[in-house]
Amino acid sequence: MVIQSSLKNCLQLCCILRTSKAGFRSTTSGGLIIESISNDVYQNLAVEDWIHDHMNLENKRVLFLWRNSPAVVIGRHQNPWQECNLRLLRQKNIKLARRRSGGGTVYHDLGNINLTFFTTRKKYERMENLKLVVKALKALSPKLDVHVTERYDILLDRQYKISGTAAKLGRTTAYHHCTLLCNADKFVLSSVLKSPYEGLKSNATPSVPASVKNLFEEDPSLTCEMLLDAIAEEYAKQHQIDNRITLINPADETVLPGISSKTKELQTWDWVYGKTPKFSVSTCFNMVYKGSVLDVKVDLDVKHGRIEVCNIDLPEQWLPPALCSELVKSLTGRKFCPKETTTVATTLSSVCPLDNELHSRWNLLCENMMMLM
Amino acid sequence: VCIHRVRSCSSIHFIKPKHACVFDKSALQFSRHQRLFRASAASRGQIVQFKLSDIGEGITEVTMKEWYVKEGDSVSQFDSICEVQSDKASVTITSRYDGIIRKLHYSLDEIAYVGKPLVDIEIDASKGVASEEDIVETPPMSHEEHTHQEIKGHKTLATPAVRRLAMENNIKLSEVVGTGKDNRILKEDILNYLAKQTGAILPPSPKAEIVPPLPKPDTVPPAPKDRAHKIPVPVSRPVVFSGKDRTEPVTGFHKAMVKTMSAALKIPHFGYCDEIDLTQLVQLREELKPLAQTRGVKLSFMPFFIKAASLGLLQYPILNASLDESCQNVTYKASHNIGVAMDTEQGLIVPNVKNVQVCSVFEIALELNRLQSLGSAGQLGTNDLSGGTFTLSNIGTVGGTYAKPVILPPEVAIGALGKIQVLPRFNGKGEVFKAQIMNVSWSADHRIIDGATMARFSNLWKSYLENPASMLLDLK
Repeated sequence: MVIQSSLKNCLQLCCILRTSKAGFRSTTSGGLIIESISNDVYQNLAVEDWIHDHMNLENKRVLFLWRNSPAVVIGRHQNPWQECNLRLLRQKNIKLARRRSGGGTVYHDLGNINLTFFTTRKKYERMENLKLVVKALKALSPKLDVHVTERYDILLDRQYKISGTAAKLGRTTAYHHCTLLCNADKFVLSSVLKSPYEGLKSNATPSVPASVKNLFEEDPSLTCEMLLDAIAEEYAKQHQIDNRITLINPADETVLPGISSKTKELQTWDWVYGKTPKFSVSTCFNMVYKGSVLDVKVDLDVKHGRIEVCNIDLPEQWLPPALCSELVKSLTGRKFCPKETTTVATTLSSVCPLDNELHSRWNLLCENMMMLM
Repeated sequence: VCIHRVRSCSSIHFIKPKHACVFDKSALQFSRHQRLFRASAASRGQIVQFKLSDIGEGITEVTMKEWYVKEGDSVSQFDSICEVQSDKASVTITSRYDGIIRKLHYSLDEIAYVGKPLVDIEIDASKGVASEEDIVETPPMSHEEHTHQEIKGHKTLATPAVRRLAMENNIKLSEVVGTGKDNRILKEDILNYLAKQTGAILPPSPKAEIVPPLPKPDTVPPAPKDRAHKIPVPVSRPVVFSGKDRTEPVTGFHKAMVKTMSAALKIPHFGYCDEIDLTQLVQLREELKPLAQTRGVKLSFMPFFIKAASLGLLQYPILNASLDESCQNVTYKASHNIGVAMDTEQGLIVPNVKNVQVCSVFEIALELNRLQSLGSAGQLGTNDLSGGTFTLSNIGTVGGTYAKPVILPPEVAIGALGKIQVLPRFNGKGEVFKAQIMNVSWSADHRIIDGATMARFSNLWKSYLENPASMLLDLK
């Protein structure tokens, strides 16, 4: 039986934080299970950061349960251009977040649950956590064929991935988090996690694509709530703590002082895009203009998400060379982002007056450049 | 003794490099350099090799992903040094020592090995050398080890009690501003720092001027009220302002604005302002709003302003022209691409409605809706943002009456619309009535536009809006 407590009990969290030396004096000795009331990926990632930075987990452990509205989450050292279809994300208003743990890219929506296991660094043990999840699933639905692989994935029917894992280790604390697909939108998942960008060369951690399946497809009686309850129950049983889920509001500064600045940081362009390891783009595209096809070759070096080196090869005299070199010069140092390119392009075209013919050529080139971003 | 000899030799060599006192000149010079380096290092501090500690789960290799420090940086204990990755786990490595980074053993994307040196840190010699530097660190460090290391001596001055308080609250001493003598960190500074972090109400720390030289570790700090009684407090205290100037580079939209506005400076602007009675238009819009709504369009005043402007431009085409760089030729643009200034998160953008001369008021409203939703989502393309020939800026939605708008090159005119105010005016019979008044401020390029032309255009535009029925006569 799970009893969900109100936010008042969150003050206990506050006590646990402040009297770090005294340890814990709450009834949930040895452990705490908390669930976020928010579906905002940035707020929830900020809670993870907050617990990692501020909680003393000596002789204590925490299980954090959360779900997000549609979002793509990339690993700490990944390249978003390599991992997902940014254009589609912008169109569909799907958020992009970069987490602080390693690993690959995942798609979250309300049909996916996230579990974070917080412990001291010494007690960091991923296999145990995943086995706990599998045990909970089997208790809930005994016929399920689920098992943990060496790569810390959970597979359904020995072939479909239903959970991916990542971890973050700090000086004294560590966390291991994983996803679990209950009834997520597989169609959106596969379309957003497919990158249309060509010619990218980078040392960023690549994702390993896998076929996925929802637990719901195997057992239609399962819901996210049931999964969360079952896992909390198993966690409580295994670590001998109260089976009580404390609800937590990631926007509450009084319970989590400093959380809003953490949330803000996770949303900044410099974190999401700027932390991308250095990469290069080397690609050609065709532009169709008034019946003829033109070849354009573009080479870019992008560092910290900004264009370090830019080279555009156009058919001779198609556009005034002075304008082209101005474009290249203006793009250097700018964010590798369609909004910035639009600004650059429109400013240049207004400052150097162009006739209608050149104007449409200019617009065509700029639109194509933006497609690369 | 050996070192002495090298030193004396080296000084000679420095002044007169040709005088080598050994047969194998090159060998001595090479070894001399080496010894010289080590000799000078010993006088500064000891270089300690900080090894990569155990990650757990039997992992022996990781990939170096990001350095947070570079050679020459000074670090404090617990500062983050780098980020490594191993099999989906991202690990932050923090420093064990206070000191200066002397060498990074790995470059980005290289494989780093557990138990092997990660960085060389030069520990300040005057503070004493930590004895455990060659042992692989076993995480996490125990309580006793913390206090032990802290008392050993650091760059940050603080008493043991203060250090304990900081450690208990997981505060890095390097982040706390010390207000004591020699920037010493006091208990009040820790409490202040915590208060800022938690927003909780803690006893306010006394102002910098009345802080006693050294708080005794075994006494509880007296409440500020008591202190105020003991020390005479001046009536007006100087306010200590600790804000700092912040310099950032001009980027993105601001950089674009700098470019456009600098180009606009070359244009000699003149202004012309007037007031428009929109009473009839307000009524008309109220009537038409629900009809537009049934067609799925939000109808504001702008479509009317834009269409009226286009009708005016048909009579005064020079306002829809462009002057070339050398001021030799004026191009009269055929299309009325009327720009609408929009305020977004990123700043000012001006998308334009194309070919207003052939659009109905409804079509303009539809197009405006599209541009507005794209604009707020930051998804406007170059086509929407370029090719404008005339601009209207409805600053009145934010506020204000009269303005002095800046022309956007290569255009030659711009109008800024103030807010609509309800003001008393006299009608034809000399009676006072409630009028809906809006002010318009035009700016035009005086090289090719004269005041009379601007005035006549404005009068025509005004007449269309004050008497919307008259627009029907000239609508195309």
